Amino acid sequence: MTIKHHLTDQLLMGYAAGTLPEAFSLLVATHISMCDDCRARSDTFDAVGGAVLEADSAAMSESSLAACMARLGTPDQPSRPAPRKGLLPAPLANYVGGDLDAVRWKPLGMGVRQAILPTSKGASARLLYIPAGQSVPDHGHRGMELTLVLQGAFSDATARFAAGDVEIADETDEHTPVAEAGADCICLAATDAPLRFMGLIPRLLQPIFRI
Amino acid sequence: MMIDTLPLHLSQAPTRRRVYAGQKQAVQDTRLADTDQTDWAALMIAVRDRQDKAAFAALFRHFAPRIKGFLMKSGTEASLAEDCAQDVMATLWQKAHLFDPARASVATWVFTIARNRRIDIARKSRRPEPEALDWGNDDQEPDQAEVYETAQETARLTSALSCLPEAQRALISRAFYGDLSHSEIAGETGLPLGTIKSRIRLALDRLRNQMS
Repeated sequence: MTIKHHLTDQLLMGYAAGTLPEAFSLLVATHISMCDDCRARSDTFDAVGGAVLEADSAAMSESSLAACMARLGTPDQPSRPAPRKGLLPAPLANYVGGDLDAVRWKPLGMGVRQAILPTSKGASARLLYIPAGQSVPDHGHRGMELTLVLQGAFSDATARFAAGDVEIADETDEHTPVAEAGADCICLAATDAPLRFMGLIPRLLQPIFRI
Repeated sequence: MMIDTLPLHLSQAPTRRRVYAGQKQAVQDTRLADTDQTDWAALMIAVRDRQDKAAFAALFRHFAPRIKGFLMKSGTEASLAEDCAQDVMATLWQKAHLFDPARASVATWVFTIARNRRIDIARKSRRPEPEALDWGNDDQEPDQAEVYETAQETARLTSALSCLPEAQRALISRAFYGDLSHSEIAGETGLPLGTIKSRIRLALDRLRNQMS
C-alpha cells in the first residue's frame, strides 16, 4: 500500500496531546495503524510530550514512594497482538464490534450507505459505503472533515485518494467525490460540524440521516 | 551522532531476544552508562526484565514529581495529581513489558501513560490507540546503540525545547497540558523533529522486515 495523503502535524500533535475530539482520534489511530510513516511521526510528537513532562515538577509527599511500592503486584505478561483478520484495523474494529460484516449500514439512497459510530460530542464519525462509480452528493463543510479510505478509491477535483489516504477538507472546500470503478469504496469519515449539502433534497434529509 | 559513526563496540553490541512469558534473563546494561546523565532506559529495562524495585524507586523519585507537575499544569488539583502520579508509576510497573527503548525514551513513555490517565480523569472522551504491532516470537531486542541514540535524541529534544523563545515554548507546553483545542494548535513546533522521526522510522522498518 503506497499512501500519498497523510495526517497533518497539527492533527498528530493534537492526538499526542490527547485533545482531539474522539471521532478524530479514532480516524488518526486507524490511519496510523495503516501507515508506518505517520506512526513514526506520532511517536515523535509523543517525544515532544516527554520533553514537556521533563520540564516541570511538583514535590511529592514523603510517604508517596512507600505507598506506591506497597501497591506493586505481579507485572502483566507480554502478549502478542492478534493479527488483523479482516479489513478494519483494530481501533476501528473496536468501534464497529467486528469487521465489515458487523457494520450496521443505513441506506442513504443511490446505493450509498453509512453507519454512524458512537463517539463523544464535538465531532462525529461514520463509515461510508459508496458503490464503485457512484458520486457522493455535492457538499461543503462548516468545520473540518477527515476522510480515510479503507477500500477502493475516490477522486475529486483536487486529487485521487486510495486505501490508507486521508483527505482533509475545511470550510473553503466544496467538492464532489466520485468512487472509482472497480472495488466499492469504503471510507471512515470524521467531522467536527454537520456537512451541508448544496441540493435542496439532501439538505432536507440531513437532520434525518445525520450526514 | 549517526549510527554509522558509532565506535565499533557500540554499533556491534550484541542484541538479545525479547523475553516472553515468565522467562528471565540477566541483561548487561553497563554499556549504556557512558553518559553523564542517569540512564533511565537501563533502569526501566531492569524493571521490565527483573522487576528490580531499586530501579523502580529511582525512576519514581525522578518521574513521579514530573507527572504530578504535568497533571497540575493540566488543571488537576494537587492531591488528585499526587494520587494520579502514583497510579501512573504503578502502571509503569504493571505494563513494563510494553516499554520499547528503540521507539521511546522513558520520559516519552511516561508522558503517554500520564496523558492517558488525564483523559481518564476527565471522562469526557476516549482516545483510541493505534493497532499494536506484532513484535513476533523470534525478533531481536534493539541493539544497545539504537537504544542509546533514542535516549540521546529525546535529551536533545528536551534541551531544544528549553532553548526556544519563551512564547513558543509556552505554546507547545500548553498544547500538551491540554489547554489548546486542535484548531488552536500550530503543527509547526520549531523543534528539530526530523532526526528523531527518522530514527523511529528505522526501528519500524526493521520490525517490518522481521515480520515479513
